[in-house]
Amino acid sequence: MELIKLKIDNRTVEVEKGTTIFHAAKKLGIEIPTLCYMNLGDLKIEHKPGGCRVCVVEVEGRRNLAPACATECFEGMEVQTHNVRVLNARKTVLELILSDHPFDCLICAKSGTCDLQDMAIKMGVRSIPYQGEKSTYKPDFSPAIIREMDKCIMCRRCETMCNDFQTVGVLSGINRGFESVVAPAFERDLDHSECTYCGQCVAVCPTGALTEVDHTTQLIRDLADPKKTVVVQTAPAVRAALGEAFGLEPGTLVTGKMVSALRRLGFDYVFDTDFAADLTIMEEGSELLDRLTRFLGGDKEVKLPMLTSCCPGWVNFFEYHFPDMRDIPSTARSPQQMFGSIAKTYFADKIETNRKEMVVVSVMPCVAKKYECTREEFKVDGNPDVDYSISTRELAHLIKRTNMDFASLPEEDFDKPLGESTGAAVIFGTTGGVIEAAVRTAYEIHTGKSLEKVDFEQLRGFEGIRKASVDFEGTEIKIGIAHGLGHARKLLDDIKAGKSDFHAIEIMACPGGCIGGGGQPLHHGDPSVIKARQKAIYQEDAGKAIRKSHENPYIKKLYEEFLEKPMSEKAHHLLHTHYFDKKRKDVLLD
Amino acid sequence: MLVCGGTGCHASAGELLFENLKKEVQENDLKDEVQVVATGCFGFCEKGPIVKIIPDNTFYVQVKPEDAKELVSEHAIKGRKVKRLLYTDPVKKEQIQDSKHMGFYKKQLRIALRNCGMIDPENIDEYLAADGYEAMGRVLLEMKPEDAIQEVLDAGLRGRGGGGFPTGLKWQIASKNHADQKYVVCNADEGDPGAFMDRSILEGDPHTVLEAMVINGFCINATKGLIYIRAEYPLAIKRLKIAIDQAREYGLLGKDILGSGFDFDVEIRYGAGAFVCGEETALIHSMEGERCEPTFKPPFPAQSGYLGKPTNVNNVETYANIPVIFNKGAKWFASIGTEKSKGTKVFALAGKINNVGLIEVPMGITLREVIFEIGGGIQGGKKFKAVQTGGPSGGCLTDEHLDTPIDFDNLLAVGSMMGSGGMIVMDEDDCMVAVSQFYLEFTVEESCGKCSPCRIGNKRLYELLGKITKGQGTEDDLDNLRNLSDVIKDSSLCGLGQTSPNPVLSTLDNFYEEYLAHVNEQKCFAGQCKELIRYEIIPENCVGCTVCARNCPVNCISGERKQVHTIDQSLCIKCNACMEKCKFNAVTII
Repeated sequence: MELIKLKIDNRTVEVEKGTTIFHAAKKLGIEIPTLCYMNLGDLKIEHKPGGCRVCVVEVEGRRNLAPACATECFEGMEVQTHNVRVLNARKTVLELILSDHPFDCLICAKSGTCDLQDMAIKMGVRSIPYQGEKSTYKPDFSPAIIREMDKCIMCRRCETMCNDFQTVGVLSGINRGFESVVAPAFERDLDHSECTYCGQCVAVCPTGALTEVDHTTQLIRDLADPKKTVVVQTAPAVRAALGEAFGLEPGTLVTGKMVSALRRLGFDYVFDTDFAADLTIMEEGSELLDRLTRFLGGDKEVKLPMLTSCCPGWVNFFEYHFPDMRDIPSTARSPQQMFGSIAKTYFADKIETNRKEMVVVSVMPCVAKKYECTREEFKVDGNPDVDYSISTRELAHLIKRTNMDFASLPEEDFDKPLGESTGAAVIFGTTGGVIEAAVRTAYEIHTGKSLEKVDFEQLRGFEGIRKASVDFEGTEIKIGIAHGLGHARKLLDDIKAGKSDFHAIEIMACPGGCIGGGGQPLHHGDPSVIKARQKAIYQEDAGKAIRKSHENPYIKKLYEEFLEKPMSEKAHHLLHTHYFDKKRKDVLLD
Repeated sequence: MLVCGGTGCHASAGELLFENLKKEVQENDLKDEVQVVATGCFGFCEKGPIVKIIPDNTFYVQVKPEDAKELVSEHAIKGRKVKRLLYTDPVKKEQIQDSKHMGFYKKQLRIALRNCGMIDPENIDEYLAADGYEAMGRVLLEMKPEDAIQEVLDAGLRGRGGGGFPTGLKWQIASKNHADQKYVVCNADEGDPGAFMDRSILEGDPHTVLEAMVINGFCINATKGLIYIRAEYPLAIKRLKIAIDQAREYGLLGKDILGSGFDFDVEIRYGAGAFVCGEETALIHSMEGERCEPTFKPPFPAQSGYLGKPTNVNNVETYANIPVIFNKGAKWFASIGTEKSKGTKVFALAGKINNVGLIEVPMGITLREVIFEIGGGIQGGKKFKAVQTGGPSGGCLTDEHLDTPIDFDNLLAVGSMMGSGGMIVMDEDDCMVAVSQFYLEFTVEESCGKCSPCRIGNKRLYELLGKITKGQGTEDDLDNLRNLSDVIKDSSLCGLGQTSPNPVLSTLDNFYEEYLAHVNEQKCFAGQCKELIRYEIIPENCVGCTVCARNCPVNCISGERKQVHTIDQSLCIKCNACMEKCKFNAVTII
């Protein structure tokens, strides 16, 4: 490791060779402002196109200003980060960006969490001397994501997430000069692209150019309608992140406060998606065991590895990119959809209402869930099992709007019966969690023995692709785990090439799993936030009295009273699904 | 009989002329005495099609296909020059008997263009006869790569694409980076409007580029060469393809060239004609099938270029100098030019000048010599106002710079640049504000849109200039214009943005009073800015002939026969038709 010395703002600093000015300055406590730069450390994504030019600094001996985010330090370098030349250039560049930006901050979805707004405040911009034509684009409303490209500042972070991290390849720069913008090919709408709605573009967009579809107005109306029974379910990852929106440290668990907030909002029943996660394990775990038993018994037809299917972004991904492999994933519906289908049958019967008078709302860390609940196969006579899904961010907005002081809310418990869950369900929120939950149950059912230790450390972590094996009393079960669709693609390519020897693979579209979902409070390029949420998830699991899905008493009861047994005909009807070949063949035709 | 076969003369029926000449020679049974050769460009495109007779150097201009008969019967058979086709000096108004006495050629020194207009570019034997592939043979068989690089270094050759980076140094850096595969790329993406030296070389002497690329490949240990050429150069592409096939057939490309053990082959890659692709990183991205956007350097292409491999990119004109350096020696080459700019430079001379065309002159020649001797002075005896060098992003220089010796550093020092060698001459009728707006229109169109200063800044510059040419500007706008230009230059990512404000800055420096007149008095001295001028009829001169009224497309001129006419200003569209048609100088611009 070679060390070099340089001076930044007349202060000496020693850094490793290859360090950029941006990071060297950070070492001295100098925060050089940027708009396009993004570093997701552990996820191995560093986006430094050097495009926004807000981070320019003066380097002694250099003709023009240098972008701090992309310029490497050299021995003896002398850098000025805030002299008149630099400040003038930085402000002028910002004024230029603002001159091509709609001034509707007061009504923008990102207001208050917008990096551009923060930068304008920081730079003290009071007028825009450079006025002229503004870029205008037709807003693009998909079922999950809204694109308002008037607000795009061409930071291209979304492109990096979509292409490099997710390998979805929907978003890219098109057109030239002032006309250039990030869009799907041929400027199609997202709805007509291969977008998986993973929402990672939304999660990194510094402005309001990419936002999620907002259902809060609809929700308020439904809550106010006395004829409707409004039921809410909350995903495991929400409780590990919601607190951030109220200034709490990342990783603060707010399960109880969240429940009481939901109750105060006026939901008739506050339930937990975790209940449905336990149910998922019953179905998906049984399916895995069934496939494994047949495979070990010599059945050559059986499809292995089995892939998890609870992530809607992932489901979209394989339907678009690997439709010929759509018989490999488990047929189990996602917990959100299992919940909806049970709520509008089993539970509706229990409270003597019908599905038309019941509204099932989900609170999700995800934007793809918004799309998932609109899928035709999850509707009965046009009535969706889950009416709509709101994101963690939308819930936070609602709580603020309804004048609640979140921090002082009491801790309350979920309602029964669909609010009871186990530790195995909680860990669905993190990468590795679904498969760990499945292993806990599958092991006990397969071996007939009780696990002494339910923590499978070998399945945990943050690496993009992880491999582990679990000993089922002599039978070695090989497990693969991927988070991020780019990593998933690698595992799928291996399966396609016959190079995969896994029995089961868990795939989550987002970095870190649902905790890093596109609907979570913005991490603003700090992946340690996602790691803190992961810690909270495992903490919640450890604190649960019951930690194995098949031991959830209300799940047992559900089978006894309604579903009979896992993979029963009724279960198949209500809890399983099928997948479609969505590979686009029409791209060049219309 | 050398007949120009370049694109310019092609467009004026040069091909038919060539066919007719061949036919005449055949019919007169002169096949053994007279050879008709289609060559590359002579450079004097304005007067094409050109026919040059050797050995007496008679230079016929604007020759039509039907002149073939007379040329053969008079010149070839009777030895009498066809006087009506000879070139007439625009100043002295006398016919020039041969090219050696033409002002256009007298001060030229043709190194890069040495074979253009001399040999048949579609015949490798003619190139071989002109010392072709001799340099390559010597380098491959007698020299070590480092010695060959030293020769290029000693010659002092600098990149002719615009940057002026020392070619030898570039090769040296690329040679020191080791990889399993390296690439040599010829940048033939000539994008400056009006510049066509690269096209001319490729059309007139394609083998010189191939020869230089092999030498380059040998020096840096690259076995693959790529020529990136814009698809709208069909003739150049055709001749390149022929040249590549012939060179392969002769064993001058391919495996084990001349038994040296060195393998090298060349492929052609087509560009869609984006100006920014002239920037080497953008060019490489385009070849890789990516969006043509520049990326931050380092890494330089020499470290990580095409497909991530070390790549050396040189421009066509740069390559055209290479064989000569080896044939005549670095010392000879370095004896031409100025201290830091060696050799010659090709310029595309255009604008309000008598002799428009492609010229090659030794570095150090003055603008005065180029404009008034080679260029034959200003058209119509008007007054010289400015010369714009360096293409759309060069600066406008005035008569005070006329005696500046032209080289890379001098042009930069006076606020312009060498660029790829565009040279546009302006006279008293050109409005410098409108001129800079014209250039900005081009850069706005051609910006890739990646970095904010170039994407938005150039647009705003263009809009500000538009405001000024409409008489709506203020002195504050002039300050904004300068600040914006400085910031765009200082903070843009690539050479396009770093130079695009040059026309504005240089005209602000050299023609500030014109800007002031536009903003303070709403006056355009050159009479170019339509919003600032009006057409008036001078009563003393008007004889009432009605010609103006009859030619006015909007019928805004009224007046009885033999009475003074008047123009209705509210209807006038300032089309200039009245002024053009008036024979009595009775129409004036105020």
